[in-house]
Amino acid sequence: MNFDFSEDQKFLAGEARKFLNAQCTTAHVREVLNDDDKSHHEGVWNKVVEMGWIGTAIPEEYGGLGLGMLELCVIAEEMGRALAPVPFASTTYFFAEALKAAGSEDQKKDVLEKVVSGEVVGCYAASEGPGNPEPSKLKTTFDGSKLTGTKIPVTDGDIATHAVVLAKEGSGASLVLVDLTGEGVSRKKVSTLEPTRSHAEITFDGAPAQRLGKAGEGEDYHNRVLDHAAVLLAFEQLGGADRCLEMATEFAKDRYAFGRPIGGNQAIKHKLADMYVKNQVARSNCYYGAWALSTDASELPEAAASSRLAASEAYWFASKENIQTHGGMGFTWEVDCHLFYRRAKLLAVQAGSPKVWKEKLVSALERKNAA
Amino acid sequence: MDFNDTKEEAEFRVEARSFLEKHLKPKDANSPRRPSGEDFLKRAKEWQKTKAEGGFAQITWPKEWGGRGGSSMQQVIWNQEESKFDAPTGPFTIGLGMCVPTVIAFGSDEHKKRYVEKALRGEEIWCQLFSEPAAGSDVAGVKTRAIKDGDEWVINGQKVWTTGAHFSDYGIVLTRTDPKAPKHKGLTMFIVDMHQQGVEAKPIHQASGGREFNEVYFTDVRIPDSDRLGEVGDGWKVALVTLMNERLAVGGSPGPDWKEIMEYARDTGSLSDQAFREKLADWYVAAQGYSLTKFRTQTALSRGGTPGPENSIGKIITANQLQDICNSAIEMQDHYGIMNDTDTMPANALFQQSFMWAPGLRIAGGTDEILKNIIAERVLGLPQDVRVDKKVPFDELKQG
Repeated sequence: MNFDFSEDQKFLAGEARKFLNAQCTTAHVREVLNDDDKSHHEGVWNKVVEMGWIGTAIPEEYGGLGLGMLELCVIAEEMGRALAPVPFASTTYFFAEALKAAGSEDQKKDVLEKVVSGEVVGCYAASEGPGNPEPSKLKTTFDGSKLTGTKIPVTDGDIATHAVVLAKEGSGASLVLVDLTGEGVSRKKVSTLEPTRSHAEITFDGAPAQRLGKAGEGEDYHNRVLDHAAVLLAFEQLGGADRCLEMATEFAKDRYAFGRPIGGNQAIKHKLADMYVKNQVARSNCYYGAWALSTDASELPEAAASSRLAASEAYWFASKENIQTHGGMGFTWEVDCHLFYRRAKLLAVQAGSPKVWKEKLVSALERKNAA
Repeated sequence: MDFNDTKEEAEFRVEARSFLEKHLKPKDANSPRRPSGEDFLKRAKEWQKTKAEGGFAQITWPKEWGGRGGSSMQQVIWNQEESKFDAPTGPFTIGLGMCVPTVIAFGSDEHKKRYVEKALRGEEIWCQLFSEPAAGSDVAGVKTRAIKDGDEWVINGQKVWTTGAHFSDYGIVLTRTDPKAPKHKGLTMFIVDMHQQGVEAKPIHQASGGREFNEVYFTDVRIPDSDRLGEVGDGWKVALVTLMNERLAVGGSPGPDWKEIMEYARDTGSLSDQAFREKLADWYVAAQGYSLTKFRTQTALSRGGTPGPENSIGKIITANQLQDICNSAIEMQDHYGIMNDTDTMPANALFQQSFMWAPGLRIAGGTDEILKNIIAERVLGLPQDVRVDKKVPFDELKQG
């Protein structure tokens, strides 16, 4: 039994934390929060690119570090903890994973190296309106060479140079690669609950695009990308949830009311114990997701779903009860609690909300039991 | 990251499994969930003896006490394999898991020679006499009195919730020897012969209808001073060693899990109900969270670590989930679900039975609330609750 990260992976996590503690504080996050014109923190992003983290799980032949998914998972946890206001998830968990899953050799060679170098910033465009996008009902269409339709919201859609888009092709769906700086693409920034991660509406009007993989197999690729992204996002959520528990615990020890620390009251202690239990449930499920991802196990669909569900629940609970523990101060703009509350909600609905993943999970369990 | 045994672990697992296959039947749907009775006790004693002779009883204990001198990891592997078989282990869980380790830690050489091997071989069963009517979560509040009389102590008082007292041969009993000292300071621990005069075990009629636990009355019970465990007044220190093992010994859910309610829902057509599907997902995620956390603990053990208070999360998850699953299964049957006849009801009325057992599981071995206090104080480092009893002589404390 070896259900833990290796010493090397833990060392990597420690180095990532040190780096982010110094280079990506909540003051950096607030620079983006407080400036409507800023879609991300350029300084932080440039340093993340320099560190080579985008290429963690990209093979060396495409310019990556060729480490692996477990290494990317530990970095994701640190990025989540630091609330990094950069297009890392869009570029790495979604865009690069889509290319790795569905791209041809030429497409991978052409694009992934530029992803690692920071020349290409990627995003993943699936949502078209309220509700989870169903591949059979997409309004965005691809005719083999051109893409038409509107995607909203697209995380990092305003700063990305390229997008992977889920579109209808014939009677099925396809994943297509689009250069967002090219013709036929218009973008408009949209306002969201989470301003430290930018979002856009992207309209394609016959934009030149190329398919990733075979026509009509987009749904399978899409589900695969989502399974991969789900595990990685879950690690970001876990990092955020643990940070909330730490903040709430520190505050509960230091804040005096009625002549003693509020953390001596069972109403607070039990709340924080609940948080701890949820975070542990999330951590264990995340590790399982990481294992399934790194070994490409047949259990990946249920492992991805359960890590995402556990981490979404943990982060939601930890972020809202962190505010509650802080009392009135927790409801001020200046105290960091709301930054986590905002991020928790984005990460829970990006790539499908818990109800979508609960259905995915139960369907996977049904298939397994039927087999 | 992998789920594989090391070479040594794999070899031990094979050895354990072949021993189990030789002596027991694999568990199946008809295996009893909470067996009891004379025959079961006899079978349990025989199995314990077989295990001891095969070198699989108390794997981590040193060889000089009849153990295997093995690792915690081997014990985990053994437990995993044994749980797949219809193994009658219940009557020894508390004695070997909690009481006898306390005797080994605090007893004299004579005690160890006299008691340890017999317990290990299933010849004598032990029980733990801590809880009292006024000392549950606040277990240091025991009132059972021990008064020195020459070389002996005279014990009077009442214990409660004592698992297996009616079939136990010995017990460890926590008593108050100095009521003038503050609560935690005036306690002393003894070994008590459960068959001696003045000890009376009466089964408690539980809310579930069963009678697995006991009240134990002590009336002028005489215990030689040589059967004291630890110093006079050090009983709390001794009790903590016993209790440290409790949450490991209790764990595990004795009732239906997500798989069983999923099967049940499929058979009754409720699996297509969206609200049910969402609940099922929640149960799966929490149950996985618990089993996978055990794998993380196991990994830590495998690397030479020791299990800490983090294990408190297990019972919080499993006990609450059991209650929730049973509640949903009953509601799924609407009015019909209120019936509990084991012959006619689906799943042999397992959900109905466990529905009545679940409240007890949330209390036994540390209530949800106490476990949360443990996490808050020992894991997160939050301050203790206000303690008005800390420095006050025990006999001046308010009671009610």
